[in-house]
Amino acid sequence: MTDTPHESYPRRDRDWHPPALSLPYKSSRLRSPNSRPLHFLTTLSEETGPVFGHDVLNPLDHDLIQNFAKPGEAAIGPRIIVHGKVQDEFARPVAGALIEIWQANAAGRYRHKREGYIAPLDPNFGGCGRVITDDRGAYEFQTVQPGPYPWPNGPNDWRPAHIHFSLFGSSFAQRLITQMYFEGDPLIWRCPIVGAIPSGEAVERLIAPLDMERTIPMDARAYRFDITLRGREQTLFENRSEGL
Amino acid sequence: MAQLKESPSQTAGPYVHIGCTPGHAGLGGSDLGASMKTGPVQGQEIAVCGTITDGADDPLTDALVEIWQADANGVYPGTTGADPNFTGWGRKPTDEVTGEFRFDTVKPGLVPYPDGRLQAPHVTVWIVARGINLGLHTRLYFADEQEANGTDPILSSIADESRRATLLALPDGPDRYRFDIRLQGADETVFFDM
Ligand SMILES: [Fe+2]
Repeated sequence: MTDTPHESYPRRDRDWHPPALSLPYKSSRLRSPNSRPLHFLTTLSEETGPVFGHDVLNPLDHDLIQNFAKPGEAAIGPRIIVHGKVQDEFARPVAGALIEIWQANAAGRYRHKREGYIAPLDPNFGGCGRVITDDRGAYEFQTVQPGPYPWPNGPNDWRPAHIHFSLFGSSFAQRLITQMYFEGDPLIWRCPIVGAIPSGEAVERLIAPLDMERTIPMDARAYRFDITLRGREQTLFENRSEGL
Repeated sequence: MAQLKESPSQTAGPYVHIGCTPGHAGLGGSDLGASMKTGPVQGQEIAVCGTITDGADDPLTDALVEIWQADANGVYPGTTGADPNFTGWGRKPTDEVTGEFRFDTVKPGLVPYPDGRLQAPHVTVWIVARGINLGLHTRLYFADEQEANGTDPILSSIADESRRATLLALPDGPDRYRFDIRLQGADETVFFDM
């Protein structure tokens, strides 16, 4: 048999991502598989995925300051713009990527029935949004800067201020959930969830720098957060069965 | 060779439903992936139910499950010839009390494998939750597709044959299947790195 040319996704670097089990992050102890995941080369099932058009977006999905606010009111907190580009590992822009975001309010409180932090809810802040990248892979939304919050893990653990990001590229193999942190936050390097990431170099990739160029004077500061998804490349698919 | 590193993953955390199923979380609006059918669909309509249990055998009541699959003819939605009324993609939170998830879908057909062989009917499954640092990929196969399963390139290449059964959804009444996922333990589900 001959080898078949095939566009597949190079394997994820599992030493770059946080491992399933990270003892200081207590929730991972009972939720991390003990066996290592079995490798196979991506097939059509992983190389395809749902496509989202702009019809899934509501008019204010990109504006968390307004999308839950009563008419004439607005969410409370430091106004910020978050923007950046989504590209793949080969530096190609990922157009049409659906980005879903969720976050705590400016006081560090989520609008969720299981949330127990004493900080107040903001009646004008829901904490979720959606955007789709343009032809150049660019995206932008506005929100209030979330507050840090305490969480039950160690005796005194605080999450650095962060925004959760869920990303759909063009295939299920690219599916990714991550978090964006803010430049200069001293809690980043004390957080067990961040600390699960093996290298400081990888952590830096999740820290958005202040972007004065995009700041709107007398209105909002800007943070830039670029995201890289897996990329596809031509490989030779060996026509033999391999044990996993 | 890749020029850039993928952005590192972080857990979806306990409040993933705010962002991914805001309707379910009480924030209003409809949830993406809540329905996999936009009209009458081709093939056998089925329900797939299950739980995800942790190392203490407790069901995860705060997880999010996504599935992606071909239509009844083995064609992926978005490609030529696909069933126009089937989206192929479903997303569900696990029940906040029982941990149960349920997808109303269709039984997928055979799907091509890159070397020309066929893959048995299967569903790609992706799980995120608090405590899961990188989304877990697995596959659901159907226990009543023994012949196709026997020649499936992925399933049949799992060296430890006893673990293959962890990927089988079991018939559970007419047009119903049960797929219980175990994150740890003797019958830990096979997860994939692909
Ligand atoms: Fe959070």
